[in-house]
Amino acid sequence: MTTTILAEPFPGERPITPAVVAEHKINDTEYTAILALLGRTPTLTEIGIFSALWSEHCSYKHTKPVLRRFPVEGPQVVQGPGENAGVLRLPEGWAVAFKIESHNHPSAVEPYQGAATGVGGILRDVFTMGARPVAVLNSLRLGPLEDARNRWLFAGIVKGVGDYGNCVGVPTLGGEVCFAPGYSGNPLVNAMAVGLLREADLATARAHGVGNLLLTVGARTGRDGIHGASFASEDLTAESEKRRPQVQVGDPFTEKLLLEASLELITGDYIVAIQDMGAAGLTSSSAEMAARGGVGVLLDTSRVPTREPGMTPYEIMLSESQERMLVVAEPHRVAEIQAVCAKWELEAVEVGHVTDDGIFRIVHEGRTVAAIPGQELVDGCPIYQPPAVESAEAVARRQQVPTVTAPSITDALRQLLDAPTIASKRWVFEQFDSTVRAGTAIQPGGDAGVLRVEGTDFGIAMTVDCNARHVFLDPFEGGKGAVAEAARNIACTGARPLGITDCLNFGNPQKPEIFFQFVEACRGIGEACVAFGTPVTGGNVSLYNQNPTGAIDPTPTIGMIGLLRDITTAVPSHFQCEGDAILLLGRTNGHLGGSAYWAEALDMVAGAPPPVDLDAERGLQETLIGGAEARLIRSAHDLSDGGLSVALAECCMGGPWATAVFGAEIDLSQHEPTVSDAGYLFGEDGARAVISCDPKHVAAIQSLAAVHDIPAHYLGRVTASGAALDIHRDGRAWSWPTAELRQIYFEAIPRRMAALGSVPGGE
Amino acid sequence: MACVAVIRFPGSNCETETMSAIVRAGGEATLLDYRETSLHGADGVILPGGFSYGDYLRSGAIARFAPIMDAVRSHAEHGGAVIGICNGFQVLCEAHLLPGALMRNDGQRFVSRPVDVRIERRQTICTSEYAEGEVIRIPVAHGEGRFVADRETLAALEAEHRVVLRYVAVAGADAPHNPNGSANDIAGICNAAGNVVGFMPHPERLADQTLGSDAGHRFFTSLMGRLVGAGAAA
Repeated sequence: MTTTILAEPFPGERPITPAVVAEHKINDTEYTAILALLGRTPTLTEIGIFSALWSEHCSYKHTKPVLRRFPVEGPQVVQGPGENAGVLRLPEGWAVAFKIESHNHPSAVEPYQGAATGVGGILRDVFTMGARPVAVLNSLRLGPLEDARNRWLFAGIVKGVGDYGNCVGVPTLGGEVCFAPGYSGNPLVNAMAVGLLREADLATARAHGVGNLLLTVGARTGRDGIHGASFASEDLTAESEKRRPQVQVGDPFTEKLLLEASLELITGDYIVAIQDMGAAGLTSSSAEMAARGGVGVLLDTSRVPTREPGMTPYEIMLSESQERMLVVAEPHRVAEIQAVCAKWELEAVEVGHVTDDGIFRIVHEGRTVAAIPGQELVDGCPIYQPPAVESAEAVARRQQVPTVTAPSITDALRQLLDAPTIASKRWVFEQFDSTVRAGTAIQPGGDAGVLRVEGTDFGIAMTVDCNARHVFLDPFEGGKGAVAEAARNIACTGARPLGITDCLNFGNPQKPEIFFQFVEACRGIGEACVAFGTPVTGGNVSLYNQNPTGAIDPTPTIGMIGLLRDITTAVPSHFQCEGDAILLLGRTNGHLGGSAYWAEALDMVAGAPPPVDLDAERGLQETLIGGAEARLIRSAHDLSDGGLSVALAECCMGGPWATAVFGAEIDLSQHEPTVSDAGYLFGEDGARAVISCDPKHVAAIQSLAAVHDIPAHYLGRVTASGAALDIHRDGRAWSWPTAELRQIYFEAIPRRMAALGSVPGGE
Repeated sequence: MACVAVIRFPGSNCETETMSAIVRAGGEATLLDYRETSLHGADGVILPGGFSYGDYLRSGAIARFAPIMDAVRSHAEHGGAVIGICNGFQVLCEAHLLPGALMRNDGQRFVSRPVDVRIERRQTICTSEYAEGEVIRIPVAHGEGRFVADRETLAALEAEHRVVLRYVAVAGADAPHNPNGSANDIAGICNAAGNVVGFMPHPERLADQTLGSDAGHRFFTSLMGRLVGAGAAA
């Protein structure tokens, strides 16, 4: 029997009507569940609380059953899904906390603050685990730069990401930027943070100890960001512009102080638990901490420090003001906690306490305005298992073949290097501090970023990847491929993949063809993670990335961490020495379906993407890791968008600030004779990488590769600075001066951004 | 062993690696809070990089009023070694311990990349172990690094040989050699006596060969040499 626990409306608040319920995006099924749970009509404050915690963003109501199928265990897992961030074990008592999260909807209407606060939120998720943030990465997806609004969004998002991370002092070690029509009006901003901690210092967000106190730490609560979580749980429409006031405003300076104060509180053992007030602010942080600990809480919203007088409990509970933490502490530690916070010029204010009745209770000026059974509030949202059916168009799309005449091989490579998705992102990452903290071994612009762990000999490699075109064309193979590409990038540096975090960006799950994409992509991700021994440690789901013109390309972004045992063995992406031998690792089948070549040179997003061979991927990873550990490999670069020709061009052009470029003499004659020239040069078969090495190591690498059943085909040699990429095949020859390729590749994005003009839709 | 105080303002974010670079060069490093009013006997001072007070006003404009700055000023006036790196350089200019000012980069964007700088002057507290004219590659990372000064000040800086570091073009590089539009390609300057030095690049970030280069290491060995020498003379 449920006893009815009473709460009364806050004076002046609107009565609950069907319109009020609908406005809070609570459907009939959910409202019925709420009535049954409370045994009475909810107050407006309670409706607000339910709308936040039962939003898609917080409740995972469409995705939970699918996410449960991910592999989450392994000897390296210290903390799997369910906490603020996942944690993996490193040598010598160290551990790495990491998580990726989306901030898509806010960035669509207010790119600068939307992106900035996305970085702020993910940093807090990592430092609430007791980890010092040491790197950030990002995955940005936009519509084509030919559109002025997309240029405005792109410039604002990049500046927002940069200004926030730069000020806090966390280097950006990698990322990806992709452009496709499906992201016009629906930009994706996925930010990943990586932190290091001593495993013994791990903190959790689990409230316990009846009578322990709740304190808010950091910025004051204002009226910004109210209903952010529910905003992120609906389609974008023409009305979304009006949501701009709901976008939070970031203050990276306060974040830096909050970071230092939080780490001092955790490592000094002053507190019981800590959680960031992220999406749904005080509501989710307090309710989730209480539910994890199986306790109740009482919050007195009239004690919460606010930026302006007269805020109602509804507003205080739903504000998403940034740079705030909720801390659980024993009463006798409060004075010490306040002293630590004062040192960092922050407030720590007692706002409530832990109770034994399991009720999530809000009082304001002595009046109980909300009283909800806590466990059901967090876990009780109805779960939906909508139909998942692939659309007939999607099936037909996979069967399509090109009908237009292809450009010459020479022109096609130029077109690919000029495509903003493939071209250098130097314009982007030059705006991100990549060297602060002085631990960066490999900077952005290569396969994966590599960071030394201070005071040790080892390092961590990190990357974010997703070929959304492949996922769009075949969600299952594309999902596998996203994990495989991330693992290849990690292994190219010589590091061993350890685990992943995922940011699952999809359209409206209530549409069967969209939910099919979600289910199948997740199945592919899970299968690849099992094969590679890289468990899923957490992540984020972002649905309703959809506007009246359609849904985004399904984009399950994979963030992966790898371990590099000896930082001095880190392998760069680009050619290093004239005269080195060039080898192609992996099998070439010339698979062009779903390729960048078809998309960019033939203007055709179609065909079946290459099937992912997980055994071959694993063999390639082992070859790359073994070759790096034995110091046989001088450079390694994986083959992805644009295939072999783009990879060779990138290896020749050198890094973003290179002072010496190389050429290559490549002979593909009498190799895979059934594969067409375009298939060989632009095909996107997985499980391949281009490496260079001292010629005397060729035999050793070939025998190492043979052990893992990986072909290592000799392609040619690296030629001197000022030379060209020369490719021969059975009497045919193509040549591109490296300097010309470099010009195309590095100017593609700045040239388009130079056209940045007036701002449609902006102020 | 010479001791260098690294001042932490609220929002400083390069203090840890700056202290590591001092230690790697054989010195002792101590972190000093901006609310302190004494250097506690430190032989030298470094104002590290970061975003003091968020740099929401002009970079360094608030930090110059921090309580510790009187002690820093006094140390400088008595010939003591004072170095400002990036945000620290901005603070030294705002505090009038160095002339000129650092304005928003001419491209209006933050710039993070390696730059090639020439050592223009060896007679300072932190460049004596480089050769005059030597070109090194170290990173910059700033939004407000464009050095500006009036015509007379610029002429005096050049005439008195007080430009310590200058951005230069090297063969093969295709990014602009001057990352921010600084007057006369100036990356760093010193006061007349050479005991107060400020610059935008970050030598502390590239002072360890295991990360691929230690091009910045000699800034710190130069400083240690100077402080140990001064201590021995005193």
